Amino acid sequence: MLLNEANPATGFFGLVPWIVFAPVIGLLINAFFGKRLGETGVGLVASLAAGAAFLVSVLQAVSLAQHPEGAIVKLGEWIHIGQLALDWAFRVDTLSVTMMLVVSGVGTLIHIYAIGYMREDVRFKNDPARFPRFFVFLNLFIAAMMILVSGDNYLMLFVGWEGVGLASFLLIGFWYDMDTLGRPSWANSNAAKKAFITNRVGDFGFLIAGFLMFWYLGSFQFDAVFAGAPGLAKLHPEIILLMTVFMLIGVAGKSAQIPLYVWLPDAMAGPTPVSALIHAATMVTAGVYLIARSAPIFGLLHDSQYIVATVGAVTALFAATIAVGQYDIKKVLAYSTISQLGFMVAAVGMGAYVAGMFHLVTHAFFKALLFLGAGSVILGLERGHHHAAHHHGHGSHAENHHEETFDPGDMRNMGGLRKTMPVTFWVYMVGTLALGGIFPFAGFWSKDEILLDASLHFPHVYWILSAAAFLTAFYMGRQVWMVFFGKARHEAAEHAEESPLVITIPLIILAALSALGGFINLPFKGFHQFGHWLEHTLGAIEFPPFSLAVAGVSTLLALGAIALSWLLYQRKPLEHGQADPLAKPLGLLFVGMENKWFIDEAYQFLFVQPYHALAGFLAQKVDWDFWHEWFHDSVLVQGFVGLARFLANPVDLGLIDRVSYWLSDAIRASAEGLRKLQTGFVRSYALSVVLGVAAILGYLLLK
Amino acid sequence: MNFLLEPLSIVTFSPLLGVLVLLFLKSEQKAALRWTALVTSLITFLISLWAFFFSGLYNPANGGLQLVAKYNWINVAGWDIRYYLAADGLSILLILLTTFLTPIAILSTWTAVEERVKDFMLFFLLLEVGMIGVFVAQDLFLFYIFWEFTLIPMYFLIGIWGGPNRLYAAVKFFLYTMAGSILMLLAILWLGINGGTFSVPDLVAQGNIPADTQLWLFIAFAAAFAIKVPMWPLHSWLPDAHVEAPTAGSVILAGVLLKMGTYGFLRFNLPLFPEASVQAAPVIGWLAVIGILYGAAVSFYQKDVKKLVAYSSVSHLGFVMLGMFALNAQGVAGAILQMVNHGLSTGALFLLVGMIYEQTHTRDLPVYGGLWKITPIFGTLTLIVGLSSMGLPGLNGFVGEFTILLGAFGAGMKDGVFAGAGGFWLAGLAAVGVILAAIYILYMFQKMFLGPAGEITKHHDLKDLNWREILTLLPLLVFIFWIGLYPKPFFDLMMPAIENLLMPFQAILMAAH
Repeated sequence: MLLNEANPATGFFGLVPWIVFAPVIGLLINAFFGKRLGETGVGLVASLAAGAAFLVSVLQAVSLAQHPEGAIVKLGEWIHIGQLALDWAFRVDTLSVTMMLVVSGVGTLIHIYAIGYMREDVRFKNDPARFPRFFVFLNLFIAAMMILVSGDNYLMLFVGWEGVGLASFLLIGFWYDMDTLGRPSWANSNAAKKAFITNRVGDFGFLIAGFLMFWYLGSFQFDAVFAGAPGLAKLHPEIILLMTVFMLIGVAGKSAQIPLYVWLPDAMAGPTPVSALIHAATMVTAGVYLIARSAPIFGLLHDSQYIVATVGAVTALFAATIAVGQYDIKKVLAYSTISQLGFMVAAVGMGAYVAGMFHLVTHAFFKALLFLGAGSVILGLERGHHHAAHHHGHGSHAENHHEETFDPGDMRNMGGLRKTMPVTFWVYMVGTLALGGIFPFAGFWSKDEILLDASLHFPHVYWILSAAAFLTAFYMGRQVWMVFFGKARHEAAEHAEESPLVITIPLIILAALSALGGFINLPFKGFHQFGHWLEHTLGAIEFPPFSLAVAGVSTLLALGAIALSWLLYQRKPLEHGQADPLAKPLGLLFVGMENKWFIDEAYQFLFVQPYHALAGFLAQKVDWDFWHEWFHDSVLVQGFVGLARFLANPVDLGLIDRVSYWLSDAIRASAEGLRKLQTGFVRSYALSVVLGVAAILGYLLLK
Repeated sequence: MNFLLEPLSIVTFSPLLGVLVLLFLKSEQKAALRWTALVTSLITFLISLWAFFFSGLYNPANGGLQLVAKYNWINVAGWDIRYYLAADGLSILLILLTTFLTPIAILSTWTAVEERVKDFMLFFLLLEVGMIGVFVAQDLFLFYIFWEFTLIPMYFLIGIWGGPNRLYAAVKFFLYTMAGSILMLLAILWLGINGGTFSVPDLVAQGNIPADTQLWLFIAFAAAFAIKVPMWPLHSWLPDAHVEAPTAGSVILAGVLLKMGTYGFLRFNLPLFPEASVQAAPVIGWLAVIGILYGAAVSFYQKDVKKLVAYSSVSHLGFVMLGMFALNAQGVAGAILQMVNHGLSTGALFLLVGMIYEQTHTRDLPVYGGLWKITPIFGTLTLIVGLSSMGLPGLNGFVGEFTILLGAFGAGMKDGVFAGAGGFWLAGLAAVGVILAAIYILYMFQKMFLGPAGEITKHHDLKDLNWREILTLLPLLVFIFWIGLYPKPFFDLMMPAIENLLMPFQAILMAAH
């Protein structure tokens, strides 16, 4: 656990800041010269920048193999006030390097994929000039994510934490002037804004946790905090509990857990590579990383663990029910992501850090694969749509574009794609089996570890997660039958075309990783390589023996779910315009699933509208009508005018007319000036101040 | 005339040389007038840099007053009024902020101000003298003169070059500030007569004012400063003044003039009336928190961009007050830094609003929309400045806000000044302001730059920023990043003085608990 701060020059550790510098350089080059570089140039620069970050990450891993204790590489001081000492310092250990490898590895593949994807996307959206901007934002994301995973204190982590939020905002709103179907609209920018603000709510929790941490433990630096936490847990366990709960709010924001998950489905407004990289594989796992990183705090109290694990498990099940009722190919994957993040959060909540991180890694592979596969499907349909439009005659082409709102993401428009898009189909199958938890694909191993741990320590979590696992296999089965099997339900699907190599090659690599990724941590004696790798950071870990019962039950559940989906969606394939076969038997339950249990509407009613009303009331009624118009203009001004009149007429004329004739004139002039709001008043006011000072001075001189 | 050769005298009065040149130029020579003002303000900026960093006369590690210029001025009837200038860690950043923002503001008027250029520049340079004077004066009487003096040029800047409702706004600005100042003047006279001197350091050293008297004096000073800040609920003049002021006026108003209020608390209220400050801290803390939330909510409702930014100042300055009255190192350091940050980011926001207004002549949010596509540079810079304003980590606003909130939270701990007065709730609610800031900034950014093209975007042939405009903003952006990533040099400048400032409070708080 103790890190070697004295000698960061060991091995390649000194290079670690380049995981941030490289993408920053890439984004600067593309921001300033993007227009001149051309699309290939821009894509190349950005991919090389991400690739360089990956290379540096690999070098860190190489050095860690020699020095598993890791290192802290200090770059400079950040904020130092009194006992507050925050540095720009990178922490290289097995946990952070795992994240670096996933982020930059998957990130680089997605950069390459995006060159092909965005080339087509900007043309479908009629705005090729926006191409470079995409890669600027993508590099920005990599830089921020690297800061997040490599920071040596909670505040540097927070810099990355909000930085990825910004990148996410920019990329969700990449097509900020339209909706997901390319029509002029506020929809995409609303989705972006929603993501940012919801995340800010989470960040509020993070901040409060940070304040508690600093004032009770005296630091933000990981080692110092972890060293002090056990003592605090004995003296004030309630503070530890508060700290973990507020941190959990932050996790709920970033990792899309109940109650803050609502932004993630909307985030699918971003181009598909964004959904894959940020909203599935990497950024949303930041919360899981945060808890794993904070293991020495979360592990202190059973209550903290119980709360976190339950939130994760309930989210896993809840989101899975919604995924069953969706028709948009990316929405299904979005809710699936929320659900899988629930698995991870439950795992790290239970203290099964290895299982949680293991699932984080495998999920990054297969969920990136599924999203990119979905992106390939969407592009294939767009191509088919254009193809079909062309064949309907040239005259109607332009009109078609405007009138018809063809949704290339709607699974009801698909069907039979396994023939027209074979590569995409096969890789998608691998992803599906991995996510469904089928032996021996990656998801099987990692999910099984979570379930095993739950069955031993938190039975209620085990039951909830098992139900979620069943639904997972079911909605993926439903999706695959609807998309790739049966007959085409739309002419666009009929004429769909396979994607080019720049898209399919990253898919194939990810498919390989999704198939074999589980072998990094086989649950048998003598294996557990990934667990042992993390032990260097997390301390000694007990590995529960592999349980055939748990694995068998989960496999049976998955196979049963797939069989059920086959019965419902494949035995009699969905026809064009036909309602979902589940709608009838489930009745109202399905309406709830379809409509996401009306949570968005509820939030709108509970939070958004009241805040609008409150802001309007404060601005219009309180600040303007009452304070500005009434109090200032009526009470103050009119009151002063009235007083001046009173002084000028009855008092002055009757009483001290001659003595202070000049004074009343000045006041009357002032009052007039104030009422008419003319400049004359100021002069006389200034005069009266000068006279007043003169009078006091005179008195003092003569006394 | 020796007193005029003192470094701080030169810094303070160097704009007058430009005034002198301006007087010899003709009103038609607009280019020459503009260049004269710009070059003068740049020279003043360079002199201020020289005085603090290159003259060898100022040692940042020293927490006391330096570059002292102390001369007898008025000695009658036992009054001891001095020409007393000095600077320390509490004021150095604000002096530099003033000399830094003035040339930027002047540059922003290049094409925006076409009428009466000569008068405009005259007033602007005179205003700079007054502002620097406020931050360097160590004699209460001298301070009061500078304080009141700033009103006159600003009054005319709003009243002559302002929007349609400018006279109303100008008079209101003048009267509100003036009204508060009267009470302060009385308190100043009481202090000067009672203490036998108007020199602030001497008065602080005497430190023998009974606690209940302190409270009255505290209130009298606070009246002047709280209006200037402005603290809720005394902010009613601010939206008027901001909306009507010309761009350069808004920049200086937000950037520097409001800081005169917060600086006043820091320089006078805290050291002169320490017991009263501790007593008043919870009240001020709660007013600040109300201001943070209220300003943010009201800002969100505005349709006029300038008004939105104006109300956001109420929220931001709430943070400054909260941090300052947390009375611990983090809070006060954050407050001082946040004064600078607010000057940079709100100044930049007003500049940006002014730049688009010059083309469209409207600030009505609903008519914009989709601007980013047409003016990418303008959009990107607005985004960066907006993010700075809402406290994105890595940019300047975060460093200030975070340290303030951290300080405020610490003040809720058992030896803190907010303990027993809502304690953690103060900091917790203030932190909600961070969420609300994201809401109004993103709302503004979305309505202007995102979404489908609005009326203005469609029908105007809008141009992106030109080189002069980029050059105007660039220095601000440099500091937005610099302070965000490496604030150490800025904190180093203020920390010794803050330690001196806070020394007495530890004893008072110990005694109180």
